[in-house]
Amino acid sequence: MDSAKNAIFKRPEALRDIVTHYCPGCTHGVIHRLVAEALDDLGIRERTLGVAPVGCSVLVYNYIATDFLEAAHGRAPALATGFKRLRPDMIVFTYQGDGDLASIGMAEIIHAANRGEKFTTIFVNNAVYGMTGGQMAPTTLEGQITTTCPAGRDVAHSGQPIRIAELLATLQTPGYIERVAVHTPQHIIGAKKAIKKAFTYQIENRCFSLVEVLSTCPTNWGLTPDESVNWVEENMKPYYPLGCFKDSEKGESG
Amino acid sequence: MPGITIDKNHCKGCELCVRACPQQIISMSKEITARGYFYALVHDPSRCLGCCVCAVVCPDVAIEVHAHGLVYNVLEY
Amino acid sequence: MSIARVLMKGNEAIAEAALRAGATNYFCYPITPQSEVAEYLARRMPEVGGVFLQGESELAVSNMLFGAASTGKRVFTTSSSPGISLMQEAISYMAGAELPVVIVNIMRGGPGLGGILPAQSDYNQATRGGGHGDYRVLVLAPSTIQEAVDLMTLAFDLADKYRNPVMMIGDGMIGQMMEAVELPEHCRESELPSNDEWAATGAKGREPRIIKSLFLDPVGLENNVLILHEKYERMKREEVRFERYKVSPENRLMIVSYGTMARICQTAIDELEHEDVSVGLFRPVTLFPFPENEIFKEATKKNIRSVLTIEMSTGQMIDDVQRAVMGKKSVEFYGRTGGIVPAPEDVRERILKVLGPKNATRRKKSRG
Repeated sequence: MDSAKNAIFKRPEALRDIVTHYCPGCTHGVIHRLVAEALDDLGIRERTLGVAPVGCSVLVYNYIATDFLEAAHGRAPALATGFKRLRPDMIVFTYQGDGDLASIGMAEIIHAANRGEKFTTIFVNNAVYGMTGGQMAPTTLEGQITTTCPAGRDVAHSGQPIRIAELLATLQTPGYIERVAVHTPQHIIGAKKAIKKAFTYQIENRCFSLVEVLSTCPTNWGLTPDESVNWVEENMKPYYPLGCFKDSEKGESG
Repeated sequence: MPGITIDKNHCKGCELCVRACPQQIISMSKEITARGYFYALVHDPSRCLGCCVCAVVCPDVAIEVHAHGLVYNVLEY
Repeated sequence: MSIARVLMKGNEAIAEAALRAGATNYFCYPITPQSEVAEYLARRMPEVGGVFLQGESELAVSNMLFGAASTGKRVFTTSSSPGISLMQEAISYMAGAELPVVIVNIMRGGPGLGGILPAQSDYNQATRGGGHGDYRVLVLAPSTIQEAVDLMTLAFDLADKYRNPVMMIGDGMIGQMMEAVELPEHCRESELPSNDEWAATGAKGREPRIIKSLFLDPVGLENNVLILHEKYERMKREEVRFERYKVSPENRLMIVSYGTMARICQTAIDELEHEDVSVGLFRPVTLFPFPENEIFKEATKKNIRSVLTIEMSTGQMIDDVQRAVMGKKSVEFYGRTGGIVPAPEDVRERILKVLGPKNATRRKKSRG
């Protein structure tokens, strides 16, 4: 697409002009764009390394134009730790879904956050395992129907959904932890601010940062993109409240 | 005069822009693209504010917004 | 220039050798019998300005290695059998993504939690890749601490040469015992490969690089696997290493053994020499690539009646020995496991049993 001479909104440089494989209405696309915009705004694309997860966004490295490592499922924080310890001058981020981060990768994210590894994690929470066809995730809501809990999540059987932002905020090590959403324009504006702040903190070499982003999954929720927007508002936000849970630079926590 | 261009090739017909547009000037086409999606188009371009809300919500970065002359900064983005 | 010999514990000598090879980046998790490596490097690494990090598990640590190796710098870890099992995921990924890394396995008894005493039960795990997919790791097996020191330097060179994981396996004795060693000189920064052609250094002035092992397109995946396969074929041509001990035309029996077990065999061989029983030892130093051609040549010599494989396991290397011998001679086995280390007398007894009641040597005894 030609960029119009008087473009006041266009595709960021750090986001390749490729049609993504994501489903219609999947907000991975929005989140990718926000990350790319942050990299452009802060001028850090050329010294950034991304670590890709296993999940729908396993192909994030085809879309965001930085060097990338592809991690085993859940291990992105470990890869990011190894890389950043040897190259603290580079900006490192992991991009992970809820299966990747909150299930198989739970140990890795907690320990990386606890060690205060100075990378940024973009945590995309859509309450389901998307890529593998819609199975239950640790973040699946009570009563939510998925392919491995077809009668709805039964908390007596599977326990309650896990709130990652709150969990990580209890760690004593300084960090920046915020939960945002991207289902409406106002929320997207807030999400961009948080993502940019997280990268800015890394540029200033301050602390570990994690931005949890409530995201849609129309296909596996069995809803239209429009209905999915409502589902985030009515079902996810009450259980996963938005806000800043830790900002050690401001002395705020919990 | 602000306006938008929607890239049919990128549009997956999710209709989030239709919902988001404060002027309600976006609607879906009657034909499908080569990928099989109904794509979004502007049915009343004269009323476009250049607010960029459609472009902000688009998951496929299919929308580019342009403007000449005075542009009100509607969002801090 | 002569370098002083220093009495060192195996684990510490391995650690120091790695540092001197320029591998000043170490990620670890404690496990018996190799925790001394981590403890030594926790003190020593700050002195050389390197990176030391104890991670939360071998699973995490091996994945940290993936990230660290992607910078193009030399990185390594040490662990023991159960920890190495946990690392198989990352080793498979690193092989698939063509990353150089050195992993040391100070073996203990298995399976499961097993024991903490020495064993050689990880031969299969090490030489068959260990994780999923079509790949191998180059496997080096020292039998003395000096050899462990020398092979560590070689390991890093080979890892960089092939852009593949290299594993050095020693049993618990190699880690725990103390011997005098000559340490190499410190490698200079300029002597290290820069790896700038492939490392993730930031997409400045070039296309972004993706260090990955995912190839959804089957043709692409086969191509990647064939690239790896060619490396292993090249290793088979160029990197086979072994040692012969008292191999001579008088031998009636050929022993194949590696690691500290081979040293015990050497003692038994020396004792039997005094009894006029002539036995030779073939000691593989690379377990992958396995010295199959050389074993075949030695085993098929007319003077060799049979081959005896001796391992501290229930028999893993024996499969490769049988394959190498191609049915031309019988291949017998002797081994102890569970952490039991055979004594030279045990080996001597088994050798005599295999050879049979009559005099084993071809040399005629003069009878007055």
